[in-house]
Amino acid sequence: MRTRLRWLSVSALELWLPVALLLAWWFASRHSTSAYFPPLRYILDGFRLDWLSANGAHNLRPSLTVLVAGFGLAVIVGVAVGAVLGLNRTVERATRPLLELTRAVPGVALLPVFIVLIGIGTDMKILLVASGAVWPVLLNTTDGVRSTEPLLVDMAVAYGMGRWRRLRSIILPAAAPQIFAGARTALAISVIIMVVSETVGAQGGIGYFLLAAQRSFQITDMWGTIIALGVLGYLLNLLFRLTEAVVLRWHRLYQARLSAPRR
Amino acid sequence: MTQVKHQATVPALDADALGHHYGEHHVLRDVTFEVSSGEFVCIVGPSGVGKTTLLRCLSGLQCPSVGSVRFNGARVAGPPRELALVFQDYSRSLLPWASVIDNVALPLRAGGLRKREAAAAAADALHEVGLGGVDPSAYPWQLSGGMQQRVAIARALAYKPSIVLMDEPFASVDAQTRADLEDLVRRLQVDLGLTVLLVTHDIDEAVYLSDRIVALAGSPAGVADVVGVDLGSVRDQLETKLRPRFAELRAHVYRLIRGARAQPSTSN
Repeated sequence: MRTRLRWLSVSALELWLPVALLLAWWFASRHSTSAYFPPLRYILDGFRLDWLSANGAHNLRPSLTVLVAGFGLAVIVGVAVGAVLGLNRTVERATRPLLELTRAVPGVALLPVFIVLIGIGTDMKILLVASGAVWPVLLNTTDGVRSTEPLLVDMAVAYGMGRWRRLRSIILPAAAPQIFAGARTALAISVIIMVVSETVGAQGGIGYFLLAAQRSFQITDMWGTIIALGVLGYLLNLLFRLTEAVVLRWHRLYQARLSAPRR
Repeated sequence: MTQVKHQATVPALDADALGHHYGEHHVLRDVTFEVSSGEFVCIVGPSGVGKTTLLRCLSGLQCPSVGSVRFNGARVAGPPRELALVFQDYSRSLLPWASVIDNVALPLRAGGLRKREAAAAAADALHEVGLGGVDPSAYPWQLSGGMQQRVAIARALAYKPSIVLMDEPFASVDAQTRADLEDLVRRLQVDLGLTVLLVTHDIDEAVYLSDRIVALAGSPAGVADVVGVDLGSVRDQLETKLRPRFAELRAHVYRLIRGARAQPSTSN
């Protein structure tokens, strides 16, 4: 009972502002005749028809494919390369200028380059998302791996653990909180690049739909797509947070213990 | 006052003219001693004398600049399989993300044991160190300091070593816990026939626990003397420490460490 009450109050605290804004939008736009700011009621109708339907699933599929594959690739490559750089200071020093340079190029700016090199298919979009989202994962992994408690590594060596075993059982788990923090940023970047990549030469997906609606003056559809993007981003972040809460449960409890006053 | 121990057997651990320096800074010099199988040896010396460096060299974690270490007669190049280590700082040597049982089972899992067998061996070891009643799925940092060090000792035991090296294992716990842990280690050493080499800065602890004491002194540190501790195999926190012999030994070791310090080593 008590936890339910607490849960309710937390939900209320998180939800009051979005609800208030929606209500404000609803009433302010109620009698709007502007072509650019249609009443929210029409927008929500459009949102339901466009996105909460079989048609919506059809439009979402290519976007989610690009997003999941691109983000997944970014995490795998980011952790792998980040671990190598974190374990080997010489390699890290030797590649740092190149990495800093590559990282400074905005992910979406590579779109024309990728189109020339790879074409306009799904592969290109996945690679574009991955190439933009890989950086926060890579840098955080490098940092996390490097700051692994040396005594833990000594312990692992003393107990006969080989390189792979140390990486798997000691170093990567130790770096996991930082890897997750990087992956969260990477997820947000992935959504941005996914949308942008679909505005060029795509046959479907959220970005394509958004641009098509705008170009054909389907302003309610355009707004509906923006809402769909917001909802998608929110759900993705929720999923991510749930995963993190399970995988890094120990870390949350540990941090709480560390910051609690000593008994 | 050394024991009669010139058997033909190979010593469990044998440091031969060990020396180590970090750049220009010489830490150890000509450290030579042996540990026989089944013996409890304490290395005692003041803080900062190079005890941890010595232990790292003995365990194969670090290669000494000069001299050699032999384990059961074989030269040590890396940590030997039959050697287990217990560190001073239990909070940093236990995995904070793994449960108590997984921490103890980790070296076994890494050694190729199946999950269930490793967990069973780990549970036995936890029982052995008096943690049979602890929730095995708890995280180590949810336990008290003394219990965490018991987990670290259980991890060492589960590894089934023939020799355990301990680096100031009781320096981070309160006095009562410390006495309990001393008695635990002493009992395990006798019961399991382990060879134990324990590093400490505490002379009382060294005399109370060991069969022989290697007194380190000087800078760079060398062996001031090796002292046999003839207090019998049964020790008691109150009774043993009240014996006149205990006081004599403690004073003797104290003088060794302080004496060699007063006149920095020019000899040998």
